[in-house]
Amino acid sequence: MCLSIPSKVVNIDKERNVAVVDTMGVTREAGLELMQENEVQIGDYVLLHIGFIMNKIDEADAVESLKVYNEILQKLDEEERQQVMKDDDKCQNRAP
Amino acid sequence: MSKLHLEDLYSGFRDSNVIKGFSKLIEKEAKKLSKHINIMEVCGGHTHSVMKYGLPQLLPKNINFIHGPGCPVCIMPKERIDHAYVLALQDNVILVTLGDMIKVPGSKGSLQDARSKGADVRFVYSPLDTLKIAEENPEKKIIFFAIGFETTTPMTASLVDIVLQRNIKNIFFHINHVTVPEVMEQLVDSGEVNHDSCDNRIDAFLGPSHVSVITGSKIYERFPQKYNLPVVVAGFEPVDIMEAILMVIKQINESRCELEIEYKRSVNHHGNIKAQALIEKYFEKALQFKWRGLGDVPSSSYMLRQEYAHIDAEKLYRDILPFEEIEDYKLCICGDILRGMAKPHQCSVFGTTCKPSTPLGSCMVSSEGACAAYYKYGNLLNE
Repeated sequence: MCLSIPSKVVNIDKERNVAVVDTMGVTREAGLELMQENEVQIGDYVLLHIGFIMNKIDEADAVESLKVYNEILQKLDEEERQQVMKDDDKCQNRAP
Repeated sequence: MSKLHLEDLYSGFRDSNVIKGFSKLIEKEAKKLSKHINIMEVCGGHTHSVMKYGLPQLLPKNINFIHGPGCPVCIMPKERIDHAYVLALQDNVILVTLGDMIKVPGSKGSLQDARSKGADVRFVYSPLDTLKIAEENPEKKIIFFAIGFETTTPMTASLVDIVLQRNIKNIFFHINHVTVPEVMEQLVDSGEVNHDSCDNRIDAFLGPSHVSVITGSKIYERFPQKYNLPVVVAGFEPVDIMEAILMVIKQINESRCELEIEYKRSVNHHGNIKAQALIEKYFEKALQFKWRGLGDVPSSSYMLRQEYAHIDAEKLYRDILPFEEIEDYKLCICGDILRGMAKPHQCSVFGTTCKPSTPLGSCMVSSEGACAAYYKYGNLLNE
């Protein structure tokens, strides 16, 4: 039950202290009671938990993680390619 | 910085190629381990993801998960469910709680059963929904039965804040909020688990995702410092979990013992200060709380501060609430599962008498319980 849903802030009603968030196409209101004043802006990514915004997702960090994962995959691909070439060099049954 | 799309926060951290990539890195790193290691994922959200994405099958044989007690629905003792049941059946009362509580059986039945006896029980998505129910039923007493870990506690505190600010007279609270570090400490301290010669010793923790968003990672400092156990705070997505496991193994291989955060996009050291202040304002630690399957854990729950006794349903209804101890089912081995001494499928009633539709034990009650996760996804296991 600790699941929280990444969502994007599409509107803020300062008077009622609520934000309208988009969760993969579903929009709903979320309370801003747990956030500092002006901490959340339109366009921010946030975590939504039982009707409240509980934090702001660090966009730069998310982008950096995804970049690192991509680099890991490229490195593993390259290692595998090198290994295949090495195995191929050693292969006794090569057709003439 | 390249542009981030909302979709990336889901698909980017569930990418099967990245999961497989981490599986290869883990296999390589785990070959250097001198021993078999047990990693406890404390949180039920992690247990669910671990099983849903079949992560045990992607790990080498010398890495084992111990599924921890981090499902607040599962660990709710029957005594507390009975409180909710009794309160719900009072005249003029509407009992409001989160949907997770519907099926949880107490000794008298579940809240669903209370409803079938005529009780007015409302299952809501958010504590804030209680406000509307109170407004529409001014002649009724609305009791919010609050459950959850540190993740959910500030939302209840926020409802308390609104009730007091707006001077709403017909909302009351029954507080069952529990906290993570104390139960982790009890598991480590028990010796039963943390003994070097035991197969079920804990070698490292995966720290909860969203508890840590609120509390910050600082609450786990005692584990590397006092118990020499690494902690890596991990997100709930499968890529997060795999990356965190790699971080744990690297720590062990490099003889480091640290508190690290994998889930940096949402967790930092200090957490959500405003949420913490709200908790502090309205709640204080109770002396102890009985965890279903684990017994009493000191300082592991919150109650309303004395000055808010006038909205504390536990105090207001003290005379009618049952306080006698109730034993768990003898055949159920949930206590052993939560302590890492057994796996769900080793229980004699697992999947037969005890199923998600008719749960006997705490770990089958919620979809985040270890038994429920094994029941749903366990056919993938080749153990």
